[in-house]
Amino acid sequence: MGDQRAKRNEDKGQGVSPAREMPPPDDVSTVSLLRELVAHLRKNRTQLREEWARRITAAKLLGAMTSEEMFAEATSVYDNYVEVLETGAVEALQAYARDLSERIIPRGVETDEVVGIVLLLRDVLARSLFAKYQTDFQLLNRILDAYEPAANRIANTVAVGFVQERERIIRQQQEAIRELSTPVLQVRERLLILPIIGVIDSQRARQLTEQLLRGIRTNRAKVVVIDITGVAAMDATVANHLVQTVEASRLLGATVIVTGLSPEIAQTLVTIGVDLGKMNTVGDLQGGIEEAERLLGYKVAPFSEISQQPI
Amino acid sequence: MEVPILKQGLYLIASIQAALSDLDLVHLRDALAEKVGKFRARGVIVDVTVLDVMDSFASRTLRDLAHMTRLRGAETVIVGIQPEVAFAMVQLGLTLEGVDTALDLEEGLAFLDKKTKRHPSRG
Amino acid sequence: MANEAVVTINTDADVVAARQKGRELATELGFVSTDSTLLATAISELARNIIRYAKHGEILIALVQSGDRVGITVVARDKGPGIANISLAMQDGFSTSGGLGLGLPGVKRLMDEFHLVSDANTGTTVTIKKWKR
Repeated sequence: MGDQRAKRNEDKGQGVSPAREMPPPDDVSTVSLLRELVAHLRKNRTQLREEWARRITAAKLLGAMTSEEMFAEATSVYDNYVEVLETGAVEALQAYARDLSERIIPRGVETDEVVGIVLLLRDVLARSLFAKYQTDFQLLNRILDAYEPAANRIANTVAVGFVQERERIIRQQQEAIRELSTPVLQVRERLLILPIIGVIDSQRARQLTEQLLRGIRTNRAKVVVIDITGVAAMDATVANHLVQTVEASRLLGATVIVTGLSPEIAQTLVTIGVDLGKMNTVGDLQGGIEEAERLLGYKVAPFSEISQQPI
Repeated sequence: MEVPILKQGLYLIASIQAALSDLDLVHLRDALAEKVGKFRARGVIVDVTVLDVMDSFASRTLRDLAHMTRLRGAETVIVGIQPEVAFAMVQLGLTLEGVDTALDLEEGLAFLDKKTKRHPSRG
Repeated sequence: MANEAVVTINTDADVVAARQKGRELATELGFVSTDSTLLATAISELARNIIRYAKHGEILIALVQSGDRVGITVVARDKGPGIANISLAMQDGFSTSGGLGLGLPGVKRLMDEFHLVSDANTGTTVTIKKWKR
């Protein structure tokens, strides 16, 4: 994982080392320099934070937040930042970055804003170091040598954490959409209908199967009508998923009726070796439901008697 | 570990309580086959609700069981296969072909009632 | 449980042990129940193959990471006779088998990634991966 990050950083031209861990300071002077600089940042916490908040507002970042919220987050980020400089422990920062992202992404905060504010903080702190050590050029250089890699690593960690959280949310949403777009309908007792519309890829097919099987169990369905009238085409893989769905449903004690089978799809099924004679197919959904009711033992009586008794 | 087998009328009901070793499953198969003969049972229900994995061995053994009991005059129905277990099974190509299945114990009993009524005279 | 486990495969009991370890790790990592079952089932089949064809072998189950995705990788290794005709073994008869043969196409279907190396000299190694959704 560290190597992957290093690669990504090289592509961005940042030239920083992997953000997974900060290497321990290699000599006593670096340790004491970092300690000194952290002390300075802590001592001047209030005004540096305010300076930073001012810069954020001036750059028109975090517009989606109220100024109180922004200040509260700024305080947390500042303290975390200084803490990571001091301890070198990136895990805490990663955890914070993920937590922050989880909170602000729904508020509409964008990646450039997050990267922007962290870089602004880096600059604000760097300038205050310039100001403090301007009289001793050599010392300033050594301080910056200690500060810069650490600061860059922090910026990287926060940005990457934000992006990863976004990606996770997108995946979650895709899954939810897939699930929503095909409801399993219970129309009668013990009878489920699964109308499939549109394009099915392998992933969606799997999801449908899982949903259907859960539905069979929950609704104690004995017959399922899968209507594929709305499906234009099916490749062999998806056709196979359909067959597996029929077989898996049977293992749960349910009979499957497939309706709306086009000649093309019928051909695909035959090609993958399905014996259509063994598969329960009916021309259209209406016919499928009637067949299902018949299997379930519903009697549709003439006007004189009205009895619909399931067996 | 032995699976308890209960007698309910003309049926035998085996409720699996925990994960079974291969040996346990084979013992169950043989025990059921023996008891079908001994009690002249007409139906057998094996409840696999608790099993969280059904692999090729389990599948094969259950098919053998159904075959053996049928030879002795009883119908076997497997009940309680979990949705995700069913999913995994069909992906592996394990379809329990030739073996009757039902959703749960209640359905299994209803199934056996219907099936055994069709052949009232069985020797 | 640590992020890695090795189960030696010699007897039927080891098959159960291996798949239970797989399920344990999957559950710990927060896999959805369905995927946990798929993984456990795949491990069960691979372990059975080892016993049936090579008598002894081992199964390694480990956490794997790529970017922010986590997953589980399983390596089933044996020094057995190897698979004579790999392409035949991998031929997908779809749902036609009744649990015959090696079940490798089925295992491949259950997993996200599948890799097979086999020859008479070094034995067989099957590597599979399942990512957390």
